[in-house]
Amino acid sequence: MTPVLYDRRSLLAGGGALLLTGVAGLLSPFRAEDLAPTRSMRGGANNYLPGAPVVERIGGGGFWMSGTVRRAGDGTPLAGQRIQIWAHTTEGSERDPWSHGATLTDAAGAFRLEMPRIVPAFGQPHGHLAYDSGDFETVFLRPVMRNARQRALEAHFVLRPV
Amino acid sequence: MATGPAHRIRAGLVWAVVALVTVAPLLAAAASPLLEWREPVYVVAGFAGIVAMALLLVQPLLAAGALPGLAGRRGLRSHRYAGAAALVVVLVHVAGLWMTSPPDVIDALTFTAPTAFSAWGVIAMWALVIAALLAAFHRRTRLWHLAHRMLALVIAIASAAHALLIEGTMEPVSKVAACAVMVVATVAVVARVRIRAAGGMSR
Repeated sequence: MTPVLYDRRSLLAGGGALLLTGVAGLLSPFRAEDLAPTRSMRGGANNYLPGAPVVERIGGGGFWMSGTVRRAGDGTPLAGQRIQIWAHTTEGSERDPWSHGATLTDAAGAFRLEMPRIVPAFGQPHGHLAYDSGDFETVFLRPVMRNARQRALEAHFVLRPV
Repeated sequence: MATGPAHRIRAGLVWAVVALVTVAPLLAAAASPLLEWREPVYVVAGFAGIVAMALLLVQPLLAAGALPGLAGRRGLRSHRYAGAAALVVVLVHVAGLWMTSPPDVIDALTFTAPTAFSAWGVIAMWALVIAALLAAFHRRTRLWHLAHRMLALVIAIASAAHALLIEGTMEPVSKVAACAVMVVATVAVVARVRIRAAGGMSR
């Protein structure tokens, strides 16, 4: 299990989300139906190369990208969803095709892909993830590492059917 | 002009400090482990940014004639050359970043980047471009002096914010020191020259 990391941004965002969902929960009888879809992050699609192949591991590994994929509304875990991952790592830049790879979610809607260590580029140590398979609306994420020494990063998708 | 030993020691000290504050960030960045994982164009782009900061750091000192041996007209002429050089290295900085990752630079230039430092960098760049254009084509009126000083403040503060928010090849201590000297020197010179201008000075 990778440790969950909190920084000011995620605390603010989380606190805000909690407040919103909490208030919404009080106002709405359809509590379980309220899971909002994840919105694409600014810059999330930068250097995206469509169709990254499903791989066992990107390059030599040493770093873990993980997360979950759920359906908007009821939060049902989505199995078999293809998540594409890329980053500037010790083995290449974001634009290098070998920096890109994809993995599928398991029965619990979780994914986990080993990749080379992410190193700071363009001012921040960050990764990119995409859901772009067509069954749900496309989402691009750009999670940022709290510090460059981290060897793992998480990103979570809540997808809205098209 | 005093030329005694005390003066020479003081001149040597001033230049030593200026050399330290401008060269240390370059040497420290040259030792960054991140360079190993960057392509040459990206490395050049990064260092062009650090050189720009070193130039912007000496700019207020040259304008004020505060650097020993570069007082008055010589200082002013050096100020113009350094300004032109700053513009060139900033263009190299942006062009190199563009070649490294076009979408990130487009996001920055359109103020849609996820990172705040991108916006600060672009603000500083445009302020520098405007300052250079005004310096090249505008008469030195009182309004010009005011505008030039305001732009100098924007450039220094936005450049410092840009550099400080970036996690990159620059080593933190030398980066903070250079940013601090750049901002303090710019504010000090702008404030001082403005008082003289109010008394009817300025060229």
